[in-house]
Amino acid sequence: MIIRFFHNMGSPRYFYNVAGKMIPWFMTSFLILLLAGLYYGLFDSPPDYQQKDSVRIMYIHVPAAWMSMFIYVVMAVSGLISLVWRIKITEIFVISSATVGASFTFLALATGSLWGKPMWGAWWVWDARLTSELILLFLYLGIIALHSAIEDKRVAARAVSILALVGVVNIPIIHYSVEWWNTLHQTASVTKFDKPSMDISMLIPLLLMALSFKLYYGAVVLMRARAELLERDRNTRWVLEMVERDVK
Amino acid sequence: MSTLSLTSAFTLLLKRDLTLAYRRRSEMVNPLLFFVLVTAMFPLGIGNDPKLIQAVGPGVVWVAALLAALLSLDAMFRADYEDGSLEQFMLSAHPVSILVLAKVLAHWMVTGLPLFIAAPLLAMMLNIPNEAIPTLMLTLVLGTPVLSLIGSVGVALTVGLRRGGVILSLLVLPLFVPVLIFATDAVNSAGAGMPTPAQFYILTAMLVGSLVLAPPATAASLRISLS
Repeated sequence: MIIRFFHNMGSPRYFYNVAGKMIPWFMTSFLILLLAGLYYGLFDSPPDYQQKDSVRIMYIHVPAAWMSMFIYVVMAVSGLISLVWRIKITEIFVISSATVGASFTFLALATGSLWGKPMWGAWWVWDARLTSELILLFLYLGIIALHSAIEDKRVAARAVSILALVGVVNIPIIHYSVEWWNTLHQTASVTKFDKPSMDISMLIPLLLMALSFKLYYGAVVLMRARAELLERDRNTRWVLEMVERDVK
Repeated sequence: MSTLSLTSAFTLLLKRDLTLAYRRRSEMVNPLLFFVLVTAMFPLGIGNDPKLIQAVGPGVVWVAALLAALLSLDAMFRADYEDGSLEQFMLSAHPVSILVLAKVLAHWMVTGLPLFIAAPLLAMMLNIPNEAIPTLMLTLVLGTPVLSLIGSVGVALTVGLRRGGVILSLLVLPLFVPVLIFATDAVNSAGAGMPTPAQFYILTAMLVGSLVLAPPATAASLRISLS
């Protein structure tokens, strides 16, 4: 049954319809979890004993950073699938994920910098995580730039898949080299706070937010994939039939 | 189908590329000139304090090497793509990744090696301590082939594009980061009199890794670009 589901999902028309039905579910559960997470995070969780209320930015920052890495892995896996089996839907997933992933990476960087100002006294420090996150953003931007530069979108999807795979091999190397570089060059002016092991009252909103971000990604990537699919298949019969039906 | 063995195909391609490069000597000199010029710009920009120049020296040499490698990368497949010989390589009976390796090797000999030869001179100009100069040269020998190999994937992906150059830098510069970090750190440590085997092991590992992984990726990218 599962195999048949995946087999059917390979068909653009079936995917378009199922995705259209899934989006509202993703969206409503995202909104519910977001509201719950924000309420617990902003009002119901205790302020940190050192950082006071500025710790609350964590509830956006940390899930966004998790998402930035999660989406890259999703992108690389769908890239691999589309290179090996040439499935149209996964090709579309690669590029639809790239823009969402880049936005989450940017969000993580921006909130991190807002958090850094009161904590470290600087908008930006060349901390290992910040640096690797910045490089991750460049990798995302490279993928988007390459995709928009190639006119034939099927060719573009395959080129981008290779790039995503090259990137996924390199990300651990980049991450560890940056960490290594940081421990050697770290100046004493930036003292990182000692993180107390997280209390359950802070962990719950964090996990709620993480889950809601994942659902948001699910909803947005399906929307983008549907739009991209329509654009690519605009001259095929199923799209024409659908449009005619909608006109009537 | 083909009577040519793989080894002779490899050497023939290498010889062909080196001959082509030798016939266009002025193009060969350009990356080297660029390398020297960029390095010379830094003291002008940051002031002539010898201590300061010495502190940034290894980083400056390596960033300049990175940019020079990037500048010359675009030429790796461009001419072959335009005159159609790249398609002939794709059609040949030999594995494309091996042929790619020959082209990368030729490219590195033409653009990477001159940097290596010019490096001691620039190191002197930037007050890099004498005992660190062999380390600098060794990092260049180990590091610049990695740049050419990683770069070859980016070039293969962008060779069919009209404005590939800018995108190419966006694609490959983030991937160059580990080489830059370990190479400059080795030179800095050597200047401070510390042992540097760890950095060399890692640089060698990156060279071996990219030697194995980059050519197939380049071959696949070339197929996509030519499709």
